[in-house]
Amino acid sequence: MEKDKFIKMALTGNEAYAYAMKQINPDVVAAYPITPATEIVQIFSKYVADGLVDTEFVPVESEHSAMSACVGASVAGARVMTGTASQGLALMHEILYIAAGLRLPIVMAVVNRALSAPINIHGDQSDTMGSRDAGWIQIYTENADEAYHSVIMAIKIAESVNLPAMVMLDGFIISHEMEVVNTLPDEEVKKFIGERKPLYNLFDFQNPITVGPLDLQDYYFEHKRQQMEAMFNAKKVIPEITKEYNDTFGTNIPAFVEPYKLEDAEYAIVAMSSAAGTMKEIIDEWRSKGEKVGLLRLRITRPFPYEEIRKYLAGIKAVGIMDRAETHSTMGGPMLQEIKAALYDLANRPRITGFVFGLGGRDFDDEQANTILTMVKEMKDGKELPLYSFIGVRE
Amino acid sequence: MAKKYLEIRWHGRGGMGAKTGALLLGEAMMQQGKYIQAFPEYGPERRGAPVTAYNRIADEPIRIHYGIKSPDVIMVLDPTLLNTENVWKGVREDTVFIVNSGLEPSELKEKFNIKNNLFVVNATGISESIIGRNLPNTPMLGAFVKATGALPFDEFIKSVEERLRMKYKEDIVLKNLEAIKKAYEEVKEA
Repeated sequence: MEKDKFIKMALTGNEAYAYAMKQINPDVVAAYPITPATEIVQIFSKYVADGLVDTEFVPVESEHSAMSACVGASVAGARVMTGTASQGLALMHEILYIAAGLRLPIVMAVVNRALSAPINIHGDQSDTMGSRDAGWIQIYTENADEAYHSVIMAIKIAESVNLPAMVMLDGFIISHEMEVVNTLPDEEVKKFIGERKPLYNLFDFQNPITVGPLDLQDYYFEHKRQQMEAMFNAKKVIPEITKEYNDTFGTNIPAFVEPYKLEDAEYAIVAMSSAAGTMKEIIDEWRSKGEKVGLLRLRITRPFPYEEIRKYLAGIKAVGIMDRAETHSTMGGPMLQEIKAALYDLANRPRITGFVFGLGGRDFDDEQANTILTMVKEMKDGKELPLYSFIGVRE
Repeated sequence: MAKKYLEIRWHGRGGMGAKTGALLLGEAMMQQGKYIQAFPEYGPERRGAPVTAYNRIADEPIRIHYGIKSPDVIMVLDPTLLNTENVWKGVREDTVFIVNSGLEPSELKEKFNIKNNLFVVNATGISESIIGRNLPNTPMLGAFVKATGALPFDEFIKSVEERLRMKYKEDIVLKNLEAIKKAYEEVKEA
């Protein structure tokens, strides 16, 4: 496709998700609305009512049922999508593992939102960080444009390895912000994703199968080992499909991580999602003052990009890792811990500190970005920093 | 650092269409080849409660994602909000105010002690006479285009028309366009 074939649209993150789903035209969508992801379900159900998609839309009474209906439809060979946020994802938790364990390539558009209590509708990543061991591929996007392309790519990735995938964007910050989105023509999306070709199909009566039977000490472990093999395969497949997408459409979307001005960096930040965009801008300001600082944006966390993180952070003197979620372990946010583990046996590993910021949608602004950069710079120059710090909170 | 973004902050009350105004402006500027952001500040949504919305407009992709602290343009849909602290947050000497009010610019300047460059339009009066109720957001856009010269008026009208047609019936679209044109003609600089 020629680069100028993009159709520029002004869309909010939720509109971008819903529009991608319309172009994907899945066989089944089962969903339950929840703030700030409500619009995905609302807009998509309008597409269904207007006859713009062929999708069987299943309006269920809860997210637990939504994911259960997705599992049933996917087992029957359908291409299945859904969308949710926060408490909705928490309510799905039990079924997330079943979707992954049954190797169903369901694709879910998630709008990141804080978990109760206290009740809060705004953006942080507590929800999906809580499902990081459920066996789903996890893709965190920076803005509405990337979210749009990532959902389309996720269909192909999920169906290539028979694992479910969730694509994330930040609640309100992106879900309700209108931005320029470079959309593709319908036929290009259709061509890229093709048809789902399931390995097994519950409705193939010539080759009957059983789904979800008891699997005890004799075979459960082998099945889990195979599920892990699929995640190892995802590590190979994700960069291939991302490259194919970029080559076909002229996009420039990174696969697992996006290195930003790291070549000569003495210190660096690791950030995800919309906060990474803000951080890039502030890093440019620091660069213009002669500071050798860069950023590694973490885009995919499952499978975890262990090799890429080691490649880009080796030799950097000090690294600050930003988490918009807590683990309540007293050891810092989830990405701080996982990145530390990835770097542990590296001879020239950086000094590391963590930052928990933006919980409950607390605005992450230039001031906080400057505070983080100042602290990491001081650590680079030899100052001892705590295991991790809270940024932008009243103590 | 030179300012990369034109930053606009909207102040209205729930039901006046501050968010829709920001979205319409964003879309129109995108059609001018600009990169845009349009986003509301979300609190409890109640009719009559103060609402803030934002626009960023730039020649390059916009990477930052936080509220606008020091706007270039402030759009005030309800002049009583000039009594609230939020409207004055981050106001610089060169910040431009565009206010919906039936008062003369000089009266408004005096009443609220406005030292900034000020544009005034009776958006409520215009929308009540043409649309039939107080929906000042679209006439305020007409005033914005006149005051800032950010884009050609006819192209702006075309873009708003397209967007409104996606959602509203013919007569609502035409009335809104008429209100925008009237505001464009009537806006006064203090």
